[in-house]
Amino acid sequence: MAVTLSERAAQHVTSYLAKRGKGVGIRLGVRTTGCSGMAYKLEFADEAPEGDEVFTSHGVTVFVEPKSLDYIDGTELDYAREVLNEGFKFNNPNVKNECGCGESFNV
Amino acid sequence: MALLQIAEPGMSTAPHQHRLAVGIDLGTTNSLVATVRSGLAVVLDDEAGRSLLPSVVRYHANGDVNVGYAAQAAQNSDPHNAIASVKRFMGRGLADIDDIASLPYRFVDAPGMVQLRTAAGVKSPVEVSAEILKVLSRRAETALGGELVGAVITVPAYFDDAQRQATKDAAQLAGLNVLRLLNEPTAAAIAYGLDNASEGVYAVYDLGGGTFDISILKLSKGVFEVLATNGDSALGGDDFDQRVFCWIVEQGRFQPLSAGDMRLLLTKARDAKEALTEHTEVRVTAVLSTGEMMDATLTQADFNAMTASLVSKTLAPTRKALRDAGLAVDEVKGVVMVGGSTRMPCIRQAVADFFRQTPLTNLDPDKVVALGAAMQADVLAGNRAGDDWLLLDVIPLSLGLETMGGLTEKVIPRNTTIPTARAQEFTTFKDGQTAMSVQVLQGERELASDCRSLARFELRGIPPMVAGAARIRVTFQVDADGLLSVSAREQSSGVEASVQVKPSYGLGDDEITRMLKDAFTHAKDDMYARALNEQIVDAQGLIAATRAAMAEDAALLSADEIATIEASIAALEKLMAGPDVEANHHLAIKRGIEALNAATTEFAQRRMDQNVRRAMAGQKLETFG
Repeated sequence: MAVTLSERAAQHVTSYLAKRGKGVGIRLGVRTTGCSGMAYKLEFADEAPEGDEVFTSHGVTVFVEPKSLDYIDGTELDYAREVLNEGFKFNNPNVKNECGCGESFNV
Repeated sequence: MALLQIAEPGMSTAPHQHRLAVGIDLGTTNSLVATVRSGLAVVLDDEAGRSLLPSVVRYHANGDVNVGYAAQAAQNSDPHNAIASVKRFMGRGLADIDDIASLPYRFVDAPGMVQLRTAAGVKSPVEVSAEILKVLSRRAETALGGELVGAVITVPAYFDDAQRQATKDAAQLAGLNVLRLLNEPTAAAIAYGLDNASEGVYAVYDLGGGTFDISILKLSKGVFEVLATNGDSALGGDDFDQRVFCWIVEQGRFQPLSAGDMRLLLTKARDAKEALTEHTEVRVTAVLSTGEMMDATLTQADFNAMTASLVSKTLAPTRKALRDAGLAVDEVKGVVMVGGSTRMPCIRQAVADFFRQTPLTNLDPDKVVALGAAMQADVLAGNRAGDDWLLLDVIPLSLGLETMGGLTEKVIPRNTTIPTARAQEFTTFKDGQTAMSVQVLQGERELASDCRSLARFELRGIPPMVAGAARIRVTFQVDADGLLSVSAREQSSGVEASVQVKPSYGLGDDEITRMLKDAFTHAKDDMYARALNEQIVDAQGLIAATRAAMAEDAALLSADEIATIEASIAALEKLMAGPDVEANHHLAIKRGIEALNAATTEFAQRRMDQNVRRAMAGQKLETFG
């Protein structure tokens, strides 16, 4: 069981954390919402959340909410640039289908 | 799939509910848009990777509109329709623009704000600004992949209500929701994180392409207060280019230049100036259309020498701003550099020498205002935990109204943090008065005529009462953008009237500093003027009351007594009208009032007795009845 970051994503997270000046890593999770059932959560973590699964990928500490791990296990978080927009992208092998915009999904 | 940003802990948004917010620096020369991505403020570039959008709008006869570089390129070929620096006309009347003759635009004098005749019809500065905002808003929506919930737009600290309202109107026209207007120096300070810094005084030195502004800010409890602003609306990087241009012409011993050659040499001059930021000398070569040539080397030392007077021209307003704020140089805790021209080493050195400390320069001076605005927008859109910061601004000039005798009654003093609301009770001056005119004023002076009138409205339908019995509550409310609404309500009848201040024309920064300065220099005159006017109001009231009493109860007076009272009234009236040369004229009027009071004491006594007798007579009837 693991969640990883692409090298590019890790670089961005590291620099965001450095410029933010605080935080021990990032925290991923899902919640039941949105048009296709679930949506990702992607947040900074200011302290290690109790009970979270902890992974390290390219030097970045990644916390995953224990209840969410089943849904995103095997995910690689990537950083992508699309025309003018840029941001993080979940490459999640568990997804069966997602809504048109890709902001919510189900497994 | 959609691209996500990292949110603050616990602040993840639901799908399709990202609170996308931007900060916009709507500049005189260039404009920018910035946002906060994964906790970090960034400026958004256009498709060509350029972050600056020249604040130039060109109108075509077929209704097409160009904004930015294309419009800028057409400034020479189509001067009437390619509008630059429209910010200077926002909220201004024709009379407020002093260099109208040197501008190529076809101005139309309109009530309130000047308008411009273009190939696409008459356009107001608000419409022109809206075109710039539309482009930035579209750029942001493409870059962020969603609709914006709102924007924070920056304005100079000296912008008055008319100019702020015009900016808000432009945003509305562009379909932007304005979260807040933010003062430019405050935005720069936020970008440097000074709002999280310890309390203290900070200076923001802003030297742009064509304008110079210095602001002294005081940070206390997370609130930035603008202590003083000063500047020069006709001093900027362009003037430095001009000096280098003259040097080039001198070096090449060029004859009078064609327009094309002049533009070429100006570009060379600017390139040379920019090169000297990084290098100690630069080789300048040019070939004119006439075949004339020049090839010379400009050293940083030469450049510094030829622009030294420009540099010192920025220090004079800086000194003044500090003096207005009542501060010494060593009380300034930090200096923020804003504007592309602050890249020049000579400017940095001069500022460092002046403030005896190294100014903050690690953020791009062209972007710092937009970045600060983006950070504020992020907070206002609700993307950060609430305890982070709630930033407030202050009003630059006191707001009040005119009372009897042409005096200013300040309702909200300057430097009050906004949003704010204050109420004060006023009353009627004459018996049976059924209407009251409320003149809304802005300024620090004691006499209404020395302050700026923002609006006037009338409260009608006050029930007739004796003078002083009506209770009229006047409420001044300033919203988070510094815009004012005033309402008046008569408490017993509930009649109400109000006004939203969209003042008809604006004040310049020079004027605002002048108004502030005048308030200091004229403090003594003002005090005297107030004392004089107060005495005149008292005298008028007393004369009116005496006349009313005499009309009612003339029977109580002998012809002699009437003559004495009339004489006292005449004497007092003469004093009121009398020349206002003597410094203590108000004391003379006061003595006149005392004389009239003395002359009518006996009369007042008799009226009192008569009323008592009448009352007792009534009592008797009742008792026996």
